[in-house]
Amino acid sequence: MSRRGRTRPPLALVGPAALGIAFLTIPLLAMVFLAPWRDLPRLLSSPHVVQALRLSLLTATLSAALCLLVGVPLGWLLSRSNSRASRVIRALVTVPLVLPPVVGGVALLLAYGRTGLVGRQLYAATGWQIPFTTVAVVLAQTFVALPFMVVTIEGAMRAAGEQLVEAASTLGASGWFAFRTVTLPLLGPSIAAGAVLSWARALGEFGATVTFAGNLPGVTQAMPSAVYRAFESDPPTAVALSLVLLLVSVTVLIAFRDRWRPGTTSW
Amino acid sequence: MVSSAALTIDAHVRRGDFHLDVAVVVQPGETVGVIGPNGAGKTTLLRAVAGLTALERGRILLGATPWDDPEAGVFVDPTRRQCPVVFQDYRLFPHLSVLDNVSYPHRAQGASRQSARTHASETLERLGLAELASRMPRQLSGGQAQRVAMARALTMTPQALLLDEPLAALDARTRQQVRMDLKAALTRFDGPTLLITHDPLEAMTLADRLLVLENGAVTQIAPPHEVAARPVSDYVARLVGINLYSGTLVAPGSVELTDSGGRLRTASDGSDTLGVGQPTLVALAPSAIAVHLERPTALSAQNVWPGRIRGVETLRDRIRLDVDGAPPALVDITQAAFAQLGLDLGATVWLSAKATEVVAYGAPVL
Repeated sequence: MSRRGRTRPPLALVGPAALGIAFLTIPLLAMVFLAPWRDLPRLLSSPHVVQALRLSLLTATLSAALCLLVGVPLGWLLSRSNSRASRVIRALVTVPLVLPPVVGGVALLLAYGRTGLVGRQLYAATGWQIPFTTVAVVLAQTFVALPFMVVTIEGAMRAAGEQLVEAASTLGASGWFAFRTVTLPLLGPSIAAGAVLSWARALGEFGATVTFAGNLPGVTQAMPSAVYRAFESDPPTAVALSLVLLLVSVTVLIAFRDRWRPGTTSW
Repeated sequence: MVSSAALTIDAHVRRGDFHLDVAVVVQPGETVGVIGPNGAGKTTLLRAVAGLTALERGRILLGATPWDDPEAGVFVDPTRRQCPVVFQDYRLFPHLSVLDNVSYPHRAQGASRQSARTHASETLERLGLAELASRMPRQLSGGQAQRVAMARALTMTPQALLLDEPLAALDARTRQQVRMDLKAALTRFDGPTLLITHDPLEAMTLADRLLVLENGAVTQIAPPHEVAARPVSDYVARLVGINLYSGTLVAPGSVELTDSGGRLRTASDGSDTLGVGQPTLVALAPSAIAVHLERPTALSAQNVWPGRIRGVETLRDRIRLDVDGAPPALVDITQAAFAQLGLDLGATVWLSAKATEVVAYGAPVL
């Protein structure tokens, strides 16, 4: 025991831990050090890159909106029930969290492709098919991002609960007042967090997108796909695009770091 | 304080196979303790009075004002009953400070933030909680949270107060202190209070009258000492730790026990209005029964019967025997006596009880 009352961490643990830190941070530092900083404005303003950027912002935002629209009610529903059916649904809904995104893309093709389970009917009825369109990008991103929303909302709903609203009503609060002063403040941060999380996940989505939507500049080529393509022909552009994605990730992390650290949730 | 009115409850609620059927009037300033086993309908009753559950039949009135009267088509929203519930888990708003929690009822009634906080501060001050004002609920101990929940309810000058097992979530030591505070707060509150509990000590110390609720129906309404001395159901008898038998008065001072067999002489029927042939309840405290190894002969006790020890339980300062006989009885003896007599499971003993300790009374018709 040291004088401070804390045991000195054993070297056998400090060594691997330091290795882990180095392993995770060196690639990020490498990117920052080796980035073509001087050419950055030119690289990022090339029409090709702007196109990818714009498509990414558009599709990720649409995906996040879809996640909000569907994920909030779904999270609410799951938080209200502990039946066997809801446990099965919960498991199914969270599969995309661990599923390799490429597999997600294959599954989406089999479901909504031109000859897919649902896509076939759609194609027969309208002559329109989803794959390799911007819609496909949005669907692929939503597929991987939705579970983040659902899990976030369900957790928050369980913590908030109907009981507080009941207590509020016996204290004289009308339904709207209770919603405004109890439900919304308790859920608002989680809804925002869920939206940002799913937006960030959608922005970074690659595997499912490339499989289901392809890699067509201007139509389905979002940032990660553009990075992948550019790396073959134009590495500096790839690095520049990667920097942008890194910046977004770090911003999201800083903005919401308190919400993800276990044990520090604000309620 | 505003002038207070009585709370008249005549509640009928059906939940599947379960029927709640309760009639009681809680006077201004009075605390009625609702005691009963789990699933008896205590919470349903409280929710009906709060307006969180609607009556199927019957009426709930505050003074002359109907809160719920399905026949007349009247239902006052919980929002407008001014009848707060202090829940077992307190249900403080986790995102609001103690001050804002206590301000909440004022804000809900449309007061400005400033004036609501002024009212809330006064209440906290009055209840000795001022130093907690800026804390968040998660920074409170269980006892503090309970007091804050109480403050939040009392600050709105309630018409009636509902307490749902207010001390159940506290550890034993905290509970004692909070119970005293709660007692003081209830004494000052001049409206009717309904207190739900399954803790006999809480019921005895906090309530002016007890309402025993079993299977959705009232089995007894009486002052606590009366319930303890003359329980009318096995549930209450077990709860207060007293032997209860039912029987028939076969002759003056003599009760034939119906279910358990045997006969007990009582000296308490003189003042009662019991008639021969009438159904009778008999209560006998475990401490009023003596244990002997041989049949006692020269003894003033007028009740003597044999039995066999089928259970031994150590209480704090004594030993409780469960003796099978006619009638069976719980018997409390000192540890010294237990050792001296060399008693153990299966031992055959003789029990004796004075006729003056045997309390006979008519089963009340409810």
